[in-house]
Amino acid sequence: MLAEFLQYLIAGVTIGATYALVALGFTLVYNASHVINFAQGEMLMIGGMATVALLALGVPLPLAIALAILTAALLGLLLHRLAIAPARQADVVTLIIITIGAAIFLRGIAQVIWGRDYHSLPSFSQPEAINLFGATMYTQSLWVLGISAMVVILLALFFARTAVGRATLAVCMNKRAARLMGVRVEWVLTLAFTLAAVLGAIAGVVAAPITLTSYDIGIMLGLKGFVAAAIGGLGSGVGAIVGGLLLGISEAMTAGYLSSDYKDAVAFLLILLILLFMPRGLFGSREAERV
Amino acid sequence: MRTLSRTPARTLARRTLALVAALACGGLTAPLLAADPIRIGAFVSATGPASLLGDPELKTLELYVEKINEQGGVLGRELELIHYDDAGRASEARRYANRLLRSDRVDLLIGGSTTGTTMAAVPLAERAGRPLISMAGAIEITEPVRPWIFKTPQTDRMAAERVLEDMQQRGIERIGLISGTDSFGRSGREQTHAIAADYGIEIVADRTYGPQDTDMTSQLTRIRNTEGVEAVFNFGFGQGPAIVTRNYAHLGIELPLYQSHGVASDRFLELVGSAGEGVRLPASPLLVPDALPEDDPQRPVVQAYKEAYEARWGESVSTFGGYAYDALMLAVEAMEKAGTTEPEAVRSALERIEGFVGVTGTFNLSPEDHNGLDPSSFRLLEVRDGRWHLVD
Repeated sequence: MLAEFLQYLIAGVTIGATYALVALGFTLVYNASHVINFAQGEMLMIGGMATVALLALGVPLPLAIALAILTAALLGLLLHRLAIAPARQADVVTLIIITIGAAIFLRGIAQVIWGRDYHSLPSFSQPEAINLFGATMYTQSLWVLGISAMVVILLALFFARTAVGRATLAVCMNKRAARLMGVRVEWVLTLAFTLAAVLGAIAGVVAAPITLTSYDIGIMLGLKGFVAAAIGGLGSGVGAIVGGLLLGISEAMTAGYLSSDYKDAVAFLLILLILLFMPRGLFGSREAERV
Repeated sequence: MRTLSRTPARTLARRTLALVAALACGGLTAPLLAADPIRIGAFVSATGPASLLGDPELKTLELYVEKINEQGGVLGRELELIHYDDAGRASEARRYANRLLRSDRVDLLIGGSTTGTTMAAVPLAERAGRPLISMAGAIEITEPVRPWIFKTPQTDRMAAERVLEDMQQRGIERIGLISGTDSFGRSGREQTHAIAADYGIEIVADRTYGPQDTDMTSQLTRIRNTEGVEAVFNFGFGQGPAIVTRNYAHLGIELPLYQSHGVASDRFLELVGSAGEGVRLPASPLLVPDALPEDDPQRPVVQAYKEAYEARWGESVSTFGGYAYDALMLAVEAMEKAGTTEPEAVRSALERIEGFVGVTGTFNLSPEDHNGLDPSSFRLLEVRDGRWHLVD
């Protein structure tokens, strides 16, 4: 009984940690520009698929991962420079629609280059699974959890301690004021998109041994990541993590105790309830009535 | 009653008539008159979500129409393949089937890569009175029997039968079922429920997963913890069954695991790696051409198709291309049997095909059975050392 519950919990935490990593990417871009970057899921796909492709070419795993993340970073930079920046006068909704277009574009390119097949990545460490009080856990889950935690800490430090991080927050709060203070707004935005792409790619790489990867994996994981970010309150790093885990665990519990037919319904019920009673999400910024 | 002997005058009149007719049709094309091509119309899902099916199907049709024409065609006439891409959409399939029947005036239709696109074209083929050979799986295409509609793949019910039969032989009586919520998984689940009792098998656990899900440990844990489960059967398509297999191995479940024909491809082996050891599934013999016994009548057919396809397109064969091969070859066989391309004659010749060895199986068609395959056309395979092996 306990083992069963524990198994569901582990399954939920594993998948939830992946959602959380995607959610962190949404958070980063949202913090800088108030844009919800729907190409975030595609960055995750690029990370996983590029690693698979490089691995197939005989590149060793660590180098393949580094190159894949670099590729995603470059794409994130180009996404902002070529698609978002030229439309900087447009309102946020237009920019969001641009990111949806970019997502479809990236997915199409990936399909042409890498085909439609699913691929798997080897687990980072051996053994692949360990026994925990009668339940089984992927060692890869520990990687996902560890890296998520590390990313949250680094992001918190980045925003609180570095000049660039504080500049990013300043841009988020008031673009014009930030520019008057000497912040190079466009540069900061490009940086945010690039960093978000890196985060997405990292999520794609560490999750690929568990979730498998394909050209269209970004649609589902991207959407779930967005839901997680919304639950946690867009813009909060801790919120993204909590939102991701909450979503993952609720899905696993529903699939285990009820039926997986209701799994998505429960997830959407969750977001409805939270947004109804806490419109800013669980960890949404409360101090900021800065309209 | 050959009482009418031909008088010289009658013969002369006939010849003159023939000459006039030939001239009327255009003197320059007269030599080609005998070679007026047989038109085969195809609508397949070469792009879009079902392109996994439609792409190898189209390539197979192109390859074999070329081959047949090199060898002199059918009934002394060339084959002409007219094909359209419905991108997996039923509305497009209907439009193209209409165009094939009305403006291209084809003699026979091959298509629907999917059940949806097939069913969209079925009423048109019936109304026009042209045989249609489908490459889609669902049982509803040929059951109840429609006079003009045929299909080459086995039904999902046969896959379930093949698996349940093997379970019965191993003395398994209580199983857990896990299936995808896509149309393939749902239909497979229904069929398995419908016939399990015939094999003395009780489904004690029944779980599902979404086609995009990335983790099925919860469902599998639930099945494992159900009292008395002796084996698990996964009916699904795409990456889902691969994840089920990996989760199954990681959870350390020792019970036999069965998969459906939906994942019968080498890609599945790559995705599951060592987690796939011991998995059994029903599959087309195309997957194990070298493992077939020497005296298996399908062995030469399967090997020839595999060689020809891989030499021409430089990619490995898939079960779906095999469906197209069988559809085209059945059409050719029927035309040769009928000695004409007249639709009704071809249709009734199709119904009389017996013991026709194809890639998918040996076809025995009849007016009551427009598919002509039985469950034994599925070979039961087991994964051993990362490769497919024929079970006994």
